Parts: sequence; C-alpha cells; structure tokens
Amino acid sequence: MLKPPVSEKDHEQGAKDATIVLLEYGDYQCPHCGHAYPILKKIQKQLGDDLLFVFRNFPIEESHPDAVKAAVASEAAALQNKYWQMHDALFEHQYDLSIDGILKLAKSLGLDLRKFTSDIQQSELFQKVENDFESGVRSGVNGTPGFFINAQPYYEDWEYDPFLHHLKGLLRPK
Amino acid sequence: MLPLHISAPEFSLFATPDQKLSLSELKGKRVILAFYPADWSVVCSDQMSLYNATLKFFHKYNAELVGISVDSKWCHMAFAKDRKFHFTLLADFNPKGAVSRLYDVYDDVEGECKRALYVLDENGIIRWSYLSPVGINPGADGILDALEEMNKK
Repeated sequence: MLKPPVSEKDHEQGAKDATIVLLEYGDYQCPHCGHAYPILKKIQKQLGDDLLFVFRNFPIEESHPDAVKAAVASEAAALQNKYWQMHDALFEHQYDLSIDGILKLAKSLGLDLRKFTSDIQQSELFQKVENDFESGVRSGVNGTPGFFINAQPYYEDWEYDPFLHHLKGLLRPK
Repeated sequence: MLPLHISAPEFSLFATPDQKLSLSELKGKRVILAFYPADWSVVCSDQMSLYNATLKFFHKYNAELVGISVDSKWCHMAFAKDRKFHFTLLADFNPKGAVSRLYDVYDDVEGECKRALYVLDENGIIRWSYLSPVGINPGADGILDALEEMNKK
C-alpha cells in the first residue's frame, strides 16, 4: 500500500481525474528505469486522459553514485517549472549524469543556470529526495522501477504489451 | 521458522576472514537477521543493496542488520566490497548451513538458506519473522513496521 497517498506535493503528468493513477519509484541512473522510460511514454500516449502518471525518487546511491544528484537536479528544475523536461532529459542522457552533464541539460532546457546551480546545493531538495526514498521503503518498494497502480503495488511484467494490456483491463466497465 | 517470543539461538560465525561475530555481542541492540540464498545472485544483491540504502532507517530504531548465507568469508568479502555494503555478512559455511538449520531456514534441496528475516529485540528475543518466496525480494517495509511496533511498547 502506498504511503503517503499521491498529493499535490507529487509531480504529476496527465489528467487529474484519470481512472488510473500510475506511480513510479525510480532512479535516474538505474538501467531498468531507463528501459522503462520509453515504455511509459508510449503507455501515456496510448491511455491519454485515462492515466495520471506520478514519479517519486528512489535513488540507490551505493549502486548508482550519480542518482541522488540527478534526482536533486529534477527537483531544482521543478522550481523553474521544468520538472518533466528535466526528468525526460535525465533518462535520455542516462549515460552521463556527471555534474557537467547535468549542467549541459539545464542549459539546453533554458534554465536560469545561476539559480539552478545554487538550488542543486539546497539541503531542502536533498531532503525531498530522501523523503521520497523513505516513502518508497515504507510502501514496500524493493527495487527500481517500483510501480503502484491506484496505490496498490504492481509486481507483474511492465514490458509494453503486458503492461498496457493490464492497464487497459482496468478501464473496462465491470 | 522459529516461533516468536523465544530467545534467538546463540551462534558465532565468521564476519571477516579472521574475525568471528557472536549474536550475544549484539545484546543491547535490536538485530535484523537477513538469511538469503547466495551472494551475487540477482534478487539477493537487489535485496542487500536495498537494505544497504535503508541502514539509516534501521539505525533510527537502534537496529543492526546482519546478512547470513552459506557463502564463504572470502566470497562475502568480495561481494561486500563490490556492492559497497556498510553492514556485516556472516558466513554460515562450516559446517555448512548449521546456523540456518538452527533457525529453521535451510533449504536441503538447494543447499542454501531460504530467504528469511528475523527481527530480535534488545534482549535477543524474536519479535518478528518473515519467510519470503525465494525469488521475491521482500523489501524493508515489514522490518520497519515491526521495529515501529516495538517502539510503541
């Protein structure tokens, strides 16, 4: 069970009143999350207004040394209203999440670099990332990507065909 | 699995190539015993990497995590170094699986530990346990819920 439930503090994409709320606990440096990224894009496109997508950070730092930094960068971009652009850019440039790599992405997104550089050092943003991680642990996330559908954990296959099939099944009238 | 509310059986296993750790040395702390089938296998490493990342939450509850498998102390050393673990792995290697048998979590067919968790209180009493399907990483929520529950009493 998801703790805490999805709220306005979360980063959401899609229709607020969607039938399906799909939440991912993810790590920007995790190869499986990188694999899931284009699948989720396709699923979002397919399901349109029937889906609200939510992302929470779940960086495993000892395995992925750049993961926390990347998560903080996404939160810093959010302060300039470019969360999802940074989210996408990080997954599309998973091969280089060094600080230079991240600054390049920030620049290409047209962020105010002075503000961004200062924000990525803010302890509040690190705390937000850690809070996300703790909520994931308490919700039973055992690795990334960790999915929840309407607050229930989803452990089944998340490759495109089976995942879409499962989600579409939730839309059918009972 | 052993029943709850009994004293966890004492044991002493190699924690490093030249040092043994006895359970009684951890008295005064809560102890999480995480039995797992094998170093390096995919599910186990995910489980141990997750626990490595959740150590700070365990420590908040005065709990120490100890991983136990039948791998040798040298294998454990390489595994822990490779994955940058900050907790102890114990080698239930000789006689093979003796401690796992003592805790009723030895799989005779595979010759490995089952994937099982015990949470002990400060006095070494078993307060929570969980046997996970072998292929499934049980996560850390059950452990944290158990530790939280122990704080209430």
